[in-house]
Formats: sequence, C-alpha cells, structure tokens
Amino acid sequence: MELFTNQILAGISTGAIYACMALAVVMIYQAIDHLNFAQGEMAMFSTFISWQLMQWGIPYWWAFLITIAVSFVGGIAIERALFRPLAKAPILTQVAGFIALFSIINSSAGLIWDFTIKQYPTPFGSSPFLGSQLISTHQAGMIGVTVLLLIALYVFFQYTRVGLAMRAAASVPESARLVGINTSWMIALGWGMAAAIGAIAGILIAPVVFLEPNMMGGVLLYGFAAAVLGGLTSPFGAVVGGFLVGIFENLAGTYIPGVGNELKLPIALALIVTVLVVKPAGLFGRPIMKRV
Amino acid sequence: MSAAVEEVATEGQAVEAVPKRAMTLGIGTSLTVLALLVIVPLFAKNFIIFQLTMLLIYGLAVLALNILTGGSGQFSLGQSAFYAIGAYTSAILMEQYNVNYALTLPIAGVLCFGAGFLFGQPALRLSGVYLALATFALATAMPQLLKLGYFEKWTGGVQGLVVTKPDAPFGLPISQDMWLYYFTLVITIAIYIFSVNLLRSRSGRAFMAIRDNEIAASAMGVDVALYKTLAFGVSAGITGVAGGLGAIAVQFVAPDSYTIVFAIALFLGMVVGGVGWLPGSIVGSAFIIFVPNIAESVSKGLSGAVYGVLLFLVIFLVPHGARQVAIVIQHLVGRFKR
Repeated sequence: MELFTNQILAGISTGAIYACMALAVVMIYQAIDHLNFAQGEMAMFSTFISWQLMQWGIPYWWAFLITIAVSFVGGIAIERALFRPLAKAPILTQVAGFIALFSIINSSAGLIWDFTIKQYPTPFGSSPFLGSQLISTHQAGMIGVTVLLLIALYVFFQYTRVGLAMRAAASVPESARLVGINTSWMIALGWGMAAAIGAIAGILIAPVVFLEPNMMGGVLLYGFAAAVLGGLTSPFGAVVGGFLVGIFENLAGTYIPGVGNELKLPIALALIVTVLVVKPAGLFGRPIMKRV
Repeated sequence: MSAAVEEVATEGQAVEAVPKRAMTLGIGTSLTVLALLVIVPLFAKNFIIFQLTMLLIYGLAVLALNILTGGSGQFSLGQSAFYAIGAYTSAILMEQYNVNYALTLPIAGVLCFGAGFLFGQPALRLSGVYLALATFALATAMPQLLKLGYFEKWTGGVQGLVVTKPDAPFGLPISQDMWLYYFTLVITIAIYIFSVNLLRSRSGRAFMAIRDNEIAASAMGVDVALYKTLAFGVSAGITGVAGGLGAIAVQFVAPDSYTIVFAIALFLGMVVGGVGWLPGSIVGSAFIIFVPNIAESVSKGLSGAVYGVLLFLVIFLVPHGARQVAIVIQHLVGRFKR
C-alpha cells in the first residue's frame, strides 16, 4: 500500500510537468483550433532565452518576466509572419507548417546553444517537500504555479472583455467578426499567450529534465496526450489530464510486469485511446454537435 | 470554460473535396512518366538505382496514406507501424523460413490489411485530432513492441535482422539493384492501377462521400463503419507491401527505422504531393528522400533549419502541393493548344 501511495505521489509530481504543457497546448487549440506540433520547441527556445539572460547575470525572477514578455511577442510574430499567410491553406498544409517550424527552432537552438545538457536553477529549492522523498519543493512549487496559472486563465477568459472576445473568435468566427471582434488579432493573441504559457512551462520543467534542445520531445507527447485526455476544449481538463497521465504512467511502470521505462509511453497512450473510445471528446471536453 | 454555451459546430471540412477525375493523370502524361521510370535506370549508377527504388517504395507508402486521407478523409500518423509490420513480415519469412522474397509481399500485404482493418474498428469512434493521437500511439508503440524480449527469437530484438538481396532470376545479365528496381516498378504500377480503379469504383465513391459529408453519406445508405475500416485496411495493406519491399531493398530491418519520425515524413510527403492527388505521391516521396540530403549539403549544423525553411517555401508557394503545379501546367498547355 505504501508503494502504491508513493507511486501516486511520484505520478502527481511528473504529472505537474505534463499539466503545464497540456495547458499551453489547450490555449493554442482554443485560439487556432489545431494542435501545434512546434509548441514544445517554442517552450524550449524560451527556456534557453531565460538561461542566457541568467548567464548574463540577470536575477532569476527578472529573467523569468523578460522571457515571458519576449515569448509573448515572439509567439505573435511567428503567427503574423508564418501562419497568417497560411490561414486560407488546407488544414493539413498548416500542420506541415508546424512540423517545419519544429525543425527550424530545434536546429537553430542546437546551433546557438549546442546539444550539451545544462543544469537549470530553481527558485523553490530541491529539498524533500513535507518530508516526502518523492516530491521535492520544486515539484510542489511547480504544482502551485500551474494551479495559479489555471486560476488566472479562468478569470481572464470568464471575466474580461478580451477573454470573451477570444472565446467568441474561436468558437463562432463569423458571428464574432459581425459584432466587431478582430478575429485575426485574437488568433495572434492566442499564439502569444500560448508561447508565454509554454515559456513558463519550460522554465518550470527545465530543472527536472535538464536543459537541451531535445528536452521537450517526450514532454510534449505527454502534454498532447494529457490535453486530449482532458478534452481539448477545457483548460481545467488539461490540468487534470496531465496529472492522470503522470499517475497512469507511474502505475503502469510499477505494476505491469515487464513494462519498464521503454513501454511506459505506449501503455499510457493505449490507456488514453481506450478512454477516448469510451468518451470521444475527452473527460471534460464539450461534445461537438454536428448540424445535419 | 464556456460549458454554458451550447455550441453547434457545422462540421469543418478537414480534407478538401477532390473530385475523382482530378485524382489521376491523363493517359499521355502517364505514359511519359512510365517511359521515364523505365529508361532512366538503364543509364544510372547502382547507388542512384537504389535511391530510385526507395523513391518508388516511399511513393507507395505515401500513396497508401493518400487513399486513407485524400480518399476517405481519415488522418493517420501510424503508417510507420504498418510499414514496420510489412517489413518484418518479409524479413522474418525470408530469413527464418526461407520463403521466396516475391511470395512474402502478398503475405505482408494481407497481414497488414488485417491489422489495419482491426485497428480501424476502435478508430471509428474517433476523428480529427483524436484519431491523430490514436494512430500516433500506434506509431510510438511499434518500435518498442518489436524490441520486446518475448519476440526476440523472430525479430532479432534491438539488433534487427539482415536480409539477403535477391539475384536477378533466369540468369538475366543485370545487377541485383537493377533487378530489384524493375521488380519494384512492376509492383508499384500494379498497385497504382489498382488504387486508381479502387477510387473510381463503388467503394471509392463511398470513401469520397464519407470524406465530404459523413452524415449525408450514411443517409444515402453508405455503410460508414464498413467503408472507413475498409479504407484503413487497404491503406495498411499497401503500406505493408511497401514495407516488405523496403526491407528487401535496404537489406536490413531494425525497430528504430520505423519510428514516428518516419510516419511524419510520410505525412509531409502526402502534403507536398497534394492531398488526394495520387500521382503526387511520387513527388512527395522525392521530397522526403532528397530534400533532407539537399539541406544537409547546404549546412551541416543547420540542416534541420534549412529543411524547415524549404518546407515552408513549398507550402507558401503551393499550399495544395504538386497538384496545384499540375493544374497550372494543364491550363498552360490547354491555352497553347488553342
């Protein structure tokens, strides 16, 4: 039984990483209606920027804030420069664009900062949290920040004009345009916010997975899986999905014989697919109704 | 967050409606392409012939994805898994059971058809990104499954299997590479003709009806579940044959050759070639084989970035892929004739 609770705790702490990433995925999905395959690489690049700032002697929290600002602007710039012209292209072509962006960012980061693994500092320290060996103060801090972020997003979308406009632009673009919402800029704003959230996720994850150009590969997969599991339309679902995926993954690794590290991902994914077959819109997603 | 808002979404069309006549080439153009494919290898070095063989094989795999996505509107990131099953089936039959290489291909095809058909069953409930995730799961699981100790006796585990290259039969005085090229060419042409006819048939019309409007299709009496799984099966079957040929051509199968990266490459090939335009498959295949090499030769350190930029250029210039180029050429030729 103790093993079981310990595994759940460990699952929650890895789940926090996925939850962060899933939140960023859902953000952009809300704004542009696609999964952005380059999301993880954007987050990785932001994390490198913050690392570089710290190398130049800027204190942690300043670097944190500057990075978020830079990422926000960067996200908008990418949308304006690369994806705005593709807005009318077929969806699959846009997906190819995400893959191209992935390749460009990954390769550039490798050239600028090379592929050696770098330590990344944490403001929360890494001593055991509340006497538990499995969850460190950093991971607890990470969970805390994720929850704060979720609350902030909820308030933003539910109680501000811009949040309402973004929701309108994403769900019914034509009508939103008719009432005077600039839907094209709402999409750009969505990219900016997704990039900023991605930056936060990257900065929080980096002390755990270490900093390198490929750090996001695995994390993004789990982030997607978590977002889809929770339902792509619900930020709350994404966070819950993230924790669930973390727990699934740990329990599968412990209790199913012969699984080990290699098969953890396929098993977690298989489980998610099973859930989706039963609940096709994810756990907390709104079922999409089709007009006949 | 907007749970209170009851949303009625009119179904966005993920895949363009390509009419079936626009899916193929005219007879004249087809024969020209065929003549080129027959003649060029006679004047090429063995390595070039090998690359051309791979071009045909990847072309088949892209074609298979094109039938699934361009034909029936379903999306798959799991093609690498079926390719792997095909490759391993051929390799194991040839090396462990001494079956003739030509006979292993239909077996690989049938096996993959079955696998695809079965996988299509749970996939029925999913569409769009959810289907993408499910197929993605399949693609990530496959290399790990092939590495499992339990299957190692057949699959050779992490090391994989070495496959012997077949000699030209009947004492023909041509090199192994050239024989394999023409062997592949014949199979490719056969599958291409099969695919074109499939899409023109009753089943093909059913696929396209589902792609364009699922509800309308089912209202007209199309068995949506059957045809969706059938599309998965056919696509997987063709991919399996391609995989078998690939194993014979590369002379080696190993789990890490068939990762998600390969599935993504096939997807890019389909987009570059033009979704729903079957002849474009070969163009897409050329893109995924040659462009990474070009990128590498431009800059070693930044090859990924160069590849990305080239890909962006292609989709900016021709968002509809090679099909768009073909349409433009057709118009020009038409004006010229007049």
